[in-house]
Amino acid sequence: MSQAMCPECAAGVPLREDVMLHEFLTCPECGTALEVVSLSPLTLDRAPQVEEDWGE
Amino acid sequence: MRIALFCSLVRTEEKWLLEALRRRGAEVEVLHDRSTVLEVGAAESWRRFDAVLMRSLSHWQAFHAARLLEDLGLPVINPSTVIHTCSDKLLTTAALVRAGIPTPRVKVAFSPEGALQAIEEIGYPVVLKPVLGSWGRLLARVNDRDAAEALLEHKETLGGFAHGVYYIQEYIPKPGRDIRAFVVGGETVAAIYRTSAHWITNTARGGRALNCPITPELAALCARAAAAVGGGVLALDLFEDPRRGLLVNEINHSMEFRNSVEPTGVDIPGAVADFVLRVAREGWAAAHRALPQEVGRWNGSASAS
Repeated sequence: MSQAMCPECAAGVPLREDVMLHEFLTCPECGTALEVVSLSPLTLDRAPQVEEDWGE
Repeated sequence: MRIALFCSLVRTEEKWLLEALRRRGAEVEVLHDRSTVLEVGAAESWRRFDAVLMRSLSHWQAFHAARLLEDLGLPVINPSTVIHTCSDKLLTTAALVRAGIPTPRVKVAFSPEGALQAIEEIGYPVVLKPVLGSWGRLLARVNDRDAAEALLEHKETLGGFAHGVYYIQEYIPKPGRDIRAFVVGGETVAAIYRTSAHWITNTARGGRALNCPITPELAALCARAAAAVGGGVLALDLFEDPRRGLLVNEINHSMEFRNSVEPTGVDIPGAVADFVLRVAREGWAAAHRALPQEVGRWNGSASAS
């Protein structure tokens, strides 16, 4: 299991081996919604804000 | 088979769909909407795909991308016609009413004054909804005239252009739950009760998922309602009205199911993957074994097989 840093609280966020580009996850420390924006190096950014037309 | 999974973010649903497609031998390429550039009418770079599974979070972007991809000759699940209807609560209601599907009563107005008149004609409480939007956002139960006047002023002042269409639905007293049915190719593959002490029962808003038995009545109604909006992969929300029985409330074209696989025990992503591959192999209408004629009738560019 690898990890990357949460851009909000700097905690280490554990990532599975099959982590994917643009994968959505939540920081286990601060609860911020995150997106994997690079696989090499493993980099997280805040996930995009929900837009008015987003949904099911 | 080579499938494009067109998405905004890779959430649990997209991961499970990807795995389900790959388990069935499909090659899957994940295309990210924010990184994709489409040239109108230029099919060359898309010929490597047999179908596109549309999972963009933005209804607006999903509709436009689906429409262009269909023009290039690709089957898109769901097609732009289905996205267009289901992403707009008013168009969904209109399609259900046209098909004679039981649904809550809805009035529509185009000004705050008209909306107030419509609210009072239905009688308090009513539910005021944006025609665009999902996950239970911006729904309001309007209990009296004071609340109606305040909400309508807020919508007029703060809302964008889409809030200029006022969708006013009768309030259905739910028994602490509603039903979410997962319908794939006309067949109801799974259903859950969404239970909540709050009148909004969306799981995105804290509603809890419990298995709901698929009765013949539920399956038949869902098949008709799915056909009314064009078929495909759909999540239907239904109310149990004490007087009228099951009413179809809304239909979602890009279903979320991460909370529903465990309580139902149904491999929902597997059912979706099977359907996507059937569409890629046999075409849209043939993939709807349950209701091919009804579904074919509703689908313009995507029904040509």
